[in-house]
Amino acid sequence: MSDALVTKRSRKQAKGRYGVIGKAVDELDERLGVAKGGRGFLDKIFPDHWSFMLGEIALYSFVILLATGVFLSFYYIPSSAIVTYHGSYLPLDGQSMTASFASTVNLSFAVRAGLLMRQMHHWAADIFIGSMVVHMARVFFTGAFRKPRELNWTVGVTLLTLAIVNGFLGYSLPDDLVSGTGIRIAYSIILSVPVVGTYLAFFIFGGNFPGTAVIPRFFILHVLIVPGIMLALVVAHMVLMVRQKHTQFPGEGKTESNVVGSPLFPVFLAKTTGFMLIVTGVTALLGAFAQINPIWQFGPYDAARISYAVQPDWYMGFLDGALRIFPSWSFHSFGHTIPFEVTIPAVIFPGLVFGLAYAWPAIERRVTKDNAMHNLLDRPSSRPKRTAAGAAVLAAMSMLFIASSTDVIANFFHVSLNTVLWSMRVLVLISPFVAYPIAYKIASEMNATRGAGRRKTVNVVTRTEEGEYVATPAPAYADDVAHDLAPTPVPDFIEVTPPEQPPSDGVRTIDR
Amino acid sequence: MSDQHERRTPVSLTGLREDDPHLQPAARNPRLVERVIALTFLLGLALVVGFGASYWVNATPWILGATLGGGLFFLGVGLVAWGKYLMARGPFVEERHTLASSEADREAFVAAIVERGGGVVKRRKVLGGLLGGGLGAFGIVALFPLLRSLGPLPKGTLFHTDWRAGSYAVDQTGRRIHVTDLAVGSIVTVFPEGTQNTDRGQAVDQTVLIRLSNENFTTQKGRESWGPMGYIAYSKLCTHLGCPVGLYEQQLQLLVCPCHQSMFNVNNGAIPEFGPAPRPLPQLPLYIDAAGYIRSQSDYNQPVGPGFWERS
Repeated sequence: MSDALVTKRSRKQAKGRYGVIGKAVDELDERLGVAKGGRGFLDKIFPDHWSFMLGEIALYSFVILLATGVFLSFYYIPSSAIVTYHGSYLPLDGQSMTASFASTVNLSFAVRAGLLMRQMHHWAADIFIGSMVVHMARVFFTGAFRKPRELNWTVGVTLLTLAIVNGFLGYSLPDDLVSGTGIRIAYSIILSVPVVGTYLAFFIFGGNFPGTAVIPRFFILHVLIVPGIMLALVVAHMVLMVRQKHTQFPGEGKTESNVVGSPLFPVFLAKTTGFMLIVTGVTALLGAFAQINPIWQFGPYDAARISYAVQPDWYMGFLDGALRIFPSWSFHSFGHTIPFEVTIPAVIFPGLVFGLAYAWPAIERRVTKDNAMHNLLDRPSSRPKRTAAGAAVLAAMSMLFIASSTDVIANFFHVSLNTVLWSMRVLVLISPFVAYPIAYKIASEMNATRGAGRRKTVNVVTRTEEGEYVATPAPAYADDVAHDLAPTPVPDFIEVTPPEQPPSDGVRTIDR
Repeated sequence: MSDQHERRTPVSLTGLREDDPHLQPAARNPRLVERVIALTFLLGLALVVGFGASYWVNATPWILGATLGGGLFFLGVGLVAWGKYLMARGPFVEERHTLASSEADREAFVAAIVERGGGVVKRRKVLGGLLGGGLGAFGIVALFPLLRSLGPLPKGTLFHTDWRAGSYAVDQTGRRIHVTDLAVGSIVTVFPEGTQNTDRGQAVDQTVLIRLSNENFTTQKGRESWGPMGYIAYSKLCTHLGCPVGLYEQQLQLLVCPCHQSMFNVNNGAIPEFGPAPRPLPQLPLYIDAAGYIRSQSDYNQPVGPGFWERS
């Protein structure tokens, strides 16, 4: 064979039609058999709806937390050993403090990009839990947790619980004045558990408060054990979602037995990767421009000192609010004390709230006797009772959150603390009973009104040859056809049925 | 209209002709969109490079964050726009197959579990019982080191502080408090001498010393000798959750806990007047020795701080 025959074209043919990538896939497929499943995965359809991005925010915040957390762990020293600070932050120079506080100040001021990473980490944690809560609300109000997705709901609630726990642990690690007070409160809450409380507290803290064991223990829980479990659960959450496929809102061509949207590769991948960059970018901008947790202003933890307006991170707010407004009902008898003023708001109440979240799919199934598979989502208005129940819980939790700043409110509005306290007690108790009927009424009215939530269609007025004007409704907008598809019916006794309406309702015929 | 309708109908990804409208970009003017996206990418690239440069020169955190955040943000916006406007617009459809197996498969699976497994256990009940017992016992004893090694038993530590008969009250620097040190209405945090720099001293023994008058002060019946020369001492640990009761409202004679706003009246034995705290702050009996120093008559007569099960 002469050299003349080795042309560009013949070389290309020798490589095969798809070049290097084709070759790599060949090699991989011969060994692992990836081609068929891989193709199916690239073709996987992701439905488009803005509310499906809430879970993505949570996922990408988690990724940011892992990345910035790794950076922080290179400089943070998890130790309660007392050191004397001689660093670049002069106001604290010469003060004695724990190594964990000193190293946190140090990584904020002496490590390049350290402060940015720390603030991004803290912001990402707040955004992570926030987006999880909103994502959970979306799943709840649209009924996405129904069969067959109850298990994934359970995984999600567990993730939220672990995220709150890990947020608290991480918040405690700098060992500053505010977080140290938080640890003290956590210790006292554990102490309040009947019968085993003291033992639990002593085992977790390695002795009486504060001890030197708690910072190293919180550290390893915060950076390895809890995130390890969470990572496994996040993977499980994704695998279950891929296996069971997405839910989708009813609409043109969308049925219980298909998924309509964009394919994973390349459309969804481009969009979601772009979205990840946006979430990271926004977190970095927040870290740059919005100061969060300036521990050097609080100073190192000193059990005998405290600052005014002590508040935890937002996701602990409902607990703090509950502790503030609960009456001082301590129980003493038979030589024992049960500090109900702590046990009820800080142990039993959150247990009930999360227990309710875990149990909700089962409760709803029992009440509705609805055992069918659901892949099409509900509009919140088409399930007034569920929507109202969710609104009631959110209302009470929001009131508890507000109750976590009774002192700030009293100061700001110049009212007595007593007034604020009693207002919050009343608001927490009545808000669910106000929210429920309002949400129920709005939802069922929307449900009963034909055309609610739809663009109004115009009347086309034509003049007949006799000179008579006739109004006929114009065809619906193509986008709005979606709304005509009814969600999966449930038995009549559960939900209100829309009243019978004349077919021409929504179109006014003008008689002249 | 019908053409538009056809475009909106979801189709399967496979077997589409290259000119199928579903494969066309969603943008009406792809060239223009392409240019806008190129611009955002350029901006993103410039900012990301700027991040590298500002890191190199060790710029302030806000410049680092602005370049990094802005760069990623613009790259992300461009990429989302690329996916949304320039890639196949769809919509595409995929069938959902039932995940449940056939009745026969399911039954075979259950049969394998129950019959094989059950058969083994039923035929060898003793072995199964012994193995179960052994593993169960291991599960229980494995908890012992897991739990018990974590910390010491509470024993009586929650019932006592380091205040003893004759302990000098010292401030955070270790200076003994003399009867002439405080004016009426002032307050200082004190510790039993020797513990002011220890964890336990700060966490458990911390005590507020308030001078309420120039005369001996009685807060409650039976405490006639506890407040010499108007010096009164209460545990600084809130009986709600153990925060330091750090705010002293002199005019109202209240000690206020900043955590959950419990308020204690210093005149009548620190009985809680407001908030979630269930018990008064324990009072420390004081005396003034011949040299004029403030000292404690004994330890507190009850546990300090928040409630717990063993407390009577």
